[in-house]
Amino acid sequence: MIEARKLTKRYGDKLAVDGLTFTVSPGMVTGFLGPNGAGKSTTMRMILGLDAPTSGSVLVNGKPYRAHTAPLREVGALLEARSIHPGRSAYNHLLALARTSGIHRSRVDEVIEAVGLAGVARRRAGKFSLGMGQRLGIATAMLGDPHTVILDEPLNGLDTDGIRWVRALLQSLAAEGRTVFVSSHLMSEMALTAQHLIVIGKGRLIADTGVAEFVRAGSRSVVRVRTTHPDALAPRLSGPGIEVSFDRDNTLTVSGLTTDQIGMAAGAAGITLLELTAEQASLEEVFIDLTRDAVEHRANTVGATP
Amino acid sequence: MNNVTLPAYPGEQHINQVRVIRSEWIKLRSLPSTIWCLLATVALVVGVGLAYTTLRVARPPADPTTFDAVSVSLSGVQLAQFAIGVLGVLFITGEYATASIRVSLAAVPGRLPMLWGKAVAFGLTTLVISVPAVLASFLAGQSILSAQDLDIGLGEPGVVRAVLGSALFLTAVGLLGLSLGALLRNTAGGISALFGLLFAPQLVLGLLPESVSDAAYRYLPTPAGAAVSSVHQDPLALGPWTGFALFCLYPVIVLGLAAWQLRRRDA
Repeated sequence: MIEARKLTKRYGDKLAVDGLTFTVSPGMVTGFLGPNGAGKSTTMRMILGLDAPTSGSVLVNGKPYRAHTAPLREVGALLEARSIHPGRSAYNHLLALARTSGIHRSRVDEVIEAVGLAGVARRRAGKFSLGMGQRLGIATAMLGDPHTVILDEPLNGLDTDGIRWVRALLQSLAAEGRTVFVSSHLMSEMALTAQHLIVIGKGRLIADTGVAEFVRAGSRSVVRVRTTHPDALAPRLSGPGIEVSFDRDNTLTVSGLTTDQIGMAAGAAGITLLELTAEQASLEEVFIDLTRDAVEHRANTVGATP
Repeated sequence: MNNVTLPAYPGEQHINQVRVIRSEWIKLRSLPSTIWCLLATVALVVGVGLAYTTLRVARPPADPTTFDAVSVSLSGVQLAQFAIGVLGVLFITGEYATASIRVSLAAVPGRLPMLWGKAVAFGLTTLVISVPAVLASFLAGQSILSAQDLDIGLGEPGVVRAVLGSALFLTAVGLLGLSLGALLRNTAGGISALFGLLFAPQLVLGLLPESVSDAAYRYLPTPAGAAVSSVHQDPLALGPWTGFALFCLYPVIVLGLAAWQLRRRDA
C-alpha cells in the first residue's frame, strides 16, 4: 500500500510534482503513466525516501519508507536500469545489498536464477545490455520478497519474451496480494499489464481510475466516410456535438454520429458512399489526448506517436 | 526464465550496523579498482622505500647521528598515500557516478549506517594492508642499511611507534579521501580536494613571513600527520601522537560534514 498526500517536489522554480494525492492498493498492478518528464521518477524517489518532498507526504505500508527497519522486506524497487558499478558483478552487487539485511546468500542465487541472469552473474556488469540491466534491476527488487514492488519503466529495453515475462511476473506478484506500482510512458504497455492507472502530466494528477474506465471515459469514436460527393454530404451531417472534417481523397472524418446514422443520411440524399468505417481511438490516442496539455517535451513526442 | 513466481523468503531481514559493514566490505572487495589501488599502495610503500634506501646507502651521510633510518626506509609512504587516498574517494564517488548510490540508500534508508559502514570497512582494510607493507619496507630497508651500519632495530625507542604510525597515517589519509568523496559526491572534486588539503597549505604558508609560517606549520595536515612516522623529532612539528591526533581531526570533521549533508540532501 502506497499513500501519497499532496505530494509536491520543487526543483528551483520548477514544480516537478505538484500536489499529487493517490493510493496504490495491494492485490493488483497499478500503472503509473505519464509522458517523459511528467514527474514519475521523482515521485518514485520520494516514495523511497531518496528525495525529500518539498511538501506533502507519502507512506509505504503505513509508514514513511525511512522508518522501516526491514526496508527490503517492505519495498523492492527498480529505479534505473544499470544502477550498478560497471566493475562489479551482478552477483556481488546483489550480495552486498542482501548483506545489509542479513538476507542469505542462497536467496541471491535464487533471484539471479529467476530473472535468467545465471550465466552472466559473475561477469562484470559493465558489459550488460539494457535488457540485462533491467533483469538485474528486477532481481534487486525481488531480493527481499517485498510486500510492495516499485518499478520505474521496467519494460524499457526488453525483448518480446522479456516483456511477456515481466508482465506475467507482475501479475503473479499482484495475485499474491502484493502492491505493484509500475511506471511507463507508453499506454499500450500498461493496458496489457495494469488493472488500475494513475496518470500524471506536468506533475499533476490527470486520472486515477481502472484501465477499462479510463479507456471508456477517454475514448471517442470517429467514422471515416469516403463518398463521391463530400461537399454535398457534409452539410447533412451537421448538428450539435457533431464534428465533420474534410480529408484527402473525398473522405470525411465524422465524430458524434454512428455509421448507421451517416449511412441513412447519405441514402436519404441519394449520395453514393464508397466507404463507411467506424474507428475506435486506440489507448495510445486516448492517453495522448488526455496528456496533450501536460506534455513537457512536445517536440520529442511528435515523431514517436504511432 | 519461464518461471514467473519467485520462492518466498521467510527469513528475518532487519538492518543493523554490523550487517551494513559486511555489505560495504563486499562492495569494497568486489571492485577491480580496489585491488589495483591496494596493490599500488603496497608496491609504492615497499618499492619506493627500497629504491630510496638503496640510493641513500650509496651516498652515506657525513654525520650518521642525523640519519633517520626509519624515515628513509618508510619514504614510500609519502607516495603511497595518494594511491590509498584516491581509493578512498573512489569508494564512494563511484556509487554516485553510477547512480548505484540510490540502490544503496534504498536498502539503507537511514543513510548514516552506510557512511559509517564504508568508513569502518575501508579503514580496517587499509590498516590490514598497510601494517605488513610498512613492516616489510622497514625490515628490508634496515637490512640494506646494515651494509653501512646505518640500520636501526625495532627495539629502539620510538621505532615501533613510527612504523605502525606510518600505517595509521595511510589509513587516515584513505579515510580523508573517503570523507571528501562523500562530501563532494564527485571523483574529480574529491581527488582535487584531497591533494589540495595535503599540499596547498604548505605552499601558501611558504609565502608568509617566517615567524608566522614557523608557528603555523605544525598545525597543517601533512606536517602534523608526518610526525608520528618519524623517530627524529622535527623542532617545528608537534609531538608524534599530538600531531597524529590533529591530523585525524581532518577526516573526522569532513566525515561529520558529509554525514550531516547525507541526511539532508536528495540522493
